[in-house]
Amino acid sequence: MLLIACPNCGPRAQAEFTFERPLASIVTPTETLPDLIHKLFTRENPRGPSWELWRHTYGCAGWLKVHRDTHNHQISAVVPVDMETPS
Amino acid sequence: MSGPMRLADGGLIDRSRPVSFVFDGKTYQGFAGDSLASALLANGVVLFGRSFKYHRPRGVMAAGIEEPSALVQAGSGGRYEPNSRATDVFIYEGLQSQSQNRWPSLGFDLGGLNSLISPFIPAGFYYKTFFGGPKLWLLYEHLIRQMAGLGMPPTKADADVYEHRAAFCDVLVVGSGPAGLAAALSASAAGSRVILAEQDERIGGSLLTDPATIDGLASDLWIAKARETLIAAGGRILTRTTAAGYYDHDLVNLVERLTEPGQTPGPDGLAQRLWRVRAGKVILATGAFERPRLFEGNDLPGVMLSGAVRTYLRRYGVRAGSRAVITTDNDDAYRTALALAEAGASIAAVLDSRPADGDRSALVQKAVAQLPVHFGAKLIAAKGSAKGLKAASALIGGKVTALDCDLIAVSGGFSPVVHLHMQAGGTLAWDELSGSFSPDLTRQNQTTVGAAAGADGLSATLLSGWTKASDKAKAKAAPTCAAEDDVALNIIADWEPAPQASLKKAFVDYQNDVTAADLDLAWREGYRSVEHLKRYTTLGMATDQGKTSNLVGLARLAKSEGRPVPSVGLTTFRPPYTPVTLGVLAAEATGAHLDPRRRPVLYNIHAAEQPIWQPVGYWHRPRAYPMGAENLHQAALRESLTVRTKVGVTDVSTLGKFDVSGPDAAIFLELICATTVGKLAVGRGRYTIMLREDGMVMDDGTVWRTEENRFLLTSSTGGADRMAAHLSYVRKVLAPELKVAVANVQEHWAAVAVAGPLAKDVVAAVLPQMAVPRHMSLDRGALAGVPTLTLAASYSGERAFEIYAPSDQIAPVWAAIAQAARDLGGCLYGLEALEILRIEKGHIVVGGEIDGRASPHDLGLSKMLRPAGGYIGHTALQRPAFAESGRLQMIGLEAVDGSAIPEGSMLLTAPKTLPVGHVTAAGLNVIKGGSIALGFLRDGFSRTDESLIAWSPTRNQTAKVKVTAPVFYDVAGVQYRD
Repeated sequence: MLLIACPNCGPRAQAEFTFERPLASIVTPTETLPDLIHKLFTRENPRGPSWELWRHTYGCAGWLKVHRDTHNHQISAVVPVDMETPS
Repeated sequence: MSGPMRLADGGLIDRSRPVSFVFDGKTYQGFAGDSLASALLANGVVLFGRSFKYHRPRGVMAAGIEEPSALVQAGSGGRYEPNSRATDVFIYEGLQSQSQNRWPSLGFDLGGLNSLISPFIPAGFYYKTFFGGPKLWLLYEHLIRQMAGLGMPPTKADADVYEHRAAFCDVLVVGSGPAGLAAALSASAAGSRVILAEQDERIGGSLLTDPATIDGLASDLWIAKARETLIAAGGRILTRTTAAGYYDHDLVNLVERLTEPGQTPGPDGLAQRLWRVRAGKVILATGAFERPRLFEGNDLPGVMLSGAVRTYLRRYGVRAGSRAVITTDNDDAYRTALALAEAGASIAAVLDSRPADGDRSALVQKAVAQLPVHFGAKLIAAKGSAKGLKAASALIGGKVTALDCDLIAVSGGFSPVVHLHMQAGGTLAWDELSGSFSPDLTRQNQTTVGAAAGADGLSATLLSGWTKASDKAKAKAAPTCAAEDDVALNIIADWEPAPQASLKKAFVDYQNDVTAADLDLAWREGYRSVEHLKRYTTLGMATDQGKTSNLVGLARLAKSEGRPVPSVGLTTFRPPYTPVTLGVLAAEATGAHLDPRRRPVLYNIHAAEQPIWQPVGYWHRPRAYPMGAENLHQAALRESLTVRTKVGVTDVSTLGKFDVSGPDAAIFLELICATTVGKLAVGRGRYTIMLREDGMVMDDGTVWRTEENRFLLTSSTGGADRMAAHLSYVRKVLAPELKVAVANVQEHWAAVAVAGPLAKDVVAAVLPQMAVPRHMSLDRGALAGVPTLTLAASYSGERAFEIYAPSDQIAPVWAAIAQAARDLGGCLYGLEALEILRIEKGHIVVGGEIDGRASPHDLGLSKMLRPAGGYIGHTALQRPAFAESGRLQMIGLEAVDGSAIPEGSMLLTAPKTLPVGHVTAAGLNVIKGGSIALGFLRDGFSRTDESLIAWSPTRNQTAKVKVTAPVFYDVAGVQYRD
């Protein structure tokens, strides 16, 4: 089980969080149909570092951007959703 | 003395505390501190069970948790555990245990005939029967299921109590042998908080078998001192506690046994405890397993691992035989030979496969001086029966030689226990000389020490534990042992059986009955990848997960392939390390504790009416309020009829409710809702649907404009949590720029629905100062001094109102409304009537018609969609697939043959054809009678009046049906209007 460092609450067990989706697959309200189809049905499944959207559902309920390596589960950054992702 | 094989003294058993226990109906005596295996061996028992496939007689092979053969079922009734290893059960007064896989009895086993037909049960037997066609499999299946299998599953509910506990530490040490203790002492000295987990009931590991002198102390004293030091520094020592799984970010699950299998727990009632330990650093001091060797009959009772023979001798004071043959490729087995000789056994031969011309250690020289030691020698075959060993034949000096023996002690080298290291994502390095994999790279904060890391000899083991546990540890401060206790293996790994041995009875996997011949056959048949070989032969797939067998099997495959062992590869190590009971994983989360039960605020008031309850999500709601001797169906029908003809009252407090406010509230809701929202006048509301971004309907509800910039949004009870998360997602992630606040007010407001032709009169009676609101309008009022919000909306199809009040003040509101309705001949109604009424009107529900696969078009709701678009799901609705023919479209169904349409049935055009649709909800016509249903049918909108068959294979029911529009009552829609 992952240990996720919530910027509001500190390190907490994965069981308190909900995985939402990769950041790259967020469908905006103004998305074109081809982009929407790509994001929903033919999206990437990267092996390696990936930015993801999580929610600290059973904590502060905040939405978080999590930089997680899908191969080894190392988490290198967790930031609130309204902050720019460090490149 | 308890039993003929028990030595007069010695061992870590308490001879002042005899313990009686039962095995296969016979009572035996052992001592406190005995394992079931040691106590039975002491009593001269050699036969412990029958093998899985061939029902061959099996004894005990090991002394620890790696035991593949001696499986027993322990306990009875609600305290019962099958497939327990006799070596891993410590006896207690009254222990009931039984052998497994024997019929009718252990000594006389009919299944043993399988041994005679074993040539006909080759590797991959199961797969091969499939190729013979289904009939052949059906023939074999019956026989296989009868004969194969491990212990019987329990038949009673588990009587025990389990708990979970979370813990944190700087350093978790797994294993309390010399390496683990040195590591724990080192970490503790450096100021770390330490948890030490030991699966045995006492700490010490290999020191319990091979006592030594450490730092000038006898090892039992050194162990006791280590314990005191650790506890004094605030450390925690958990015995009988197995590290079962190593998960991401250094989370380790420890299973602590507070009772032995079948044992009644102490006063706190706990049987086992699961520790979820998040550790700063994990030190694995898990030791090594001795490997068996390949020879004919290597599975017979009396063939044991060399280290196990020594453990029984030294720890339990049990001599497992009186005339022994030792077969080895390393020095360790010489300790066994000398210990046996010292305990009065005669040694028939020490067969050492290493060449005669090498350097010999002092230990070997000592043995050569006393015992018949033969170098370059191998065992060919063990001979014996269920009663034990009789003889053996060996290859000595190139000649086949007969040996007289009743015990064979085997050492094929040692495999480091790398399971947890591998679960943690580590890699392994191969050492050809010792024939073993030991940990190489690690991914987590974890290090392996001692024999598990390939340390050879006690001195290296202690040093490894001490120095790797802490950055601050200085090597010169490490515990040291006496020179004579520092025994190196000097191993030359030898995998090759003697050429004279028949491999058809040379077992690799004892628990799954896989022989070396099976592996060779599988290889010849093309199963050359280690993963294929495993599945084809079942090598390593038994409850012991191949702890003793995997490497022997790999070496065999490598030889067939002509490749080195590491290039053949390994199968994946998965948790749990040893079997874990489901009880301890579930712990408190069973029965009523599995899910929370949520009670609506009016729960106790409903309870006074003695309703039939129904769980809806986590909520418990009244399903019907039977009167007199009514059953559910009769009560629901009466309630439905009362709503249709007079008035009914029901509790709708559990609906999802959201207060949406702010200057951009309307813009926000037009993202959420696929219907028009912005044009709503203050005081008006309307029915709405919410779509997912892929265009499917997610939920439905109503949206009300209570003020210019404030709305009340309702959604289904079961979908309320999902809707709350969705609203948060849209607000915080998709549209953070909107000036809007969303409050989940599901439990702030309670609500009472009043429906029926007389509903208006009820509202007028209880809220006399307020004009009755028009359909889809709202108004505020006060009832019994409680502020109310009355929404005029209909779900049942009748004129209806929902009266909202603050949850903590709803009781008088409910009482007044219920009384007013009863005064007019009305009644309370529950979920079953609600369901009947909504089916009759063709109103959709989440989980029924809103099943995640239906678009608004499929549900016939196209006209409701906001033409301008801009709502979530609008873009996806342009996908061409939504316009194609063949989509499942919502329809109504009427039974035409007088039968009831079965719930959940599929729709067929003719018997034995493929289904063209399905029924989502079956109900009845309340006033006219007759069975009706809602469902989906391919291109259903254009198939009205078509005749179909509704068929439920699970209920074995059929009805002839006619397709209709999905509305059966008040088709014109006038009943619910003003």
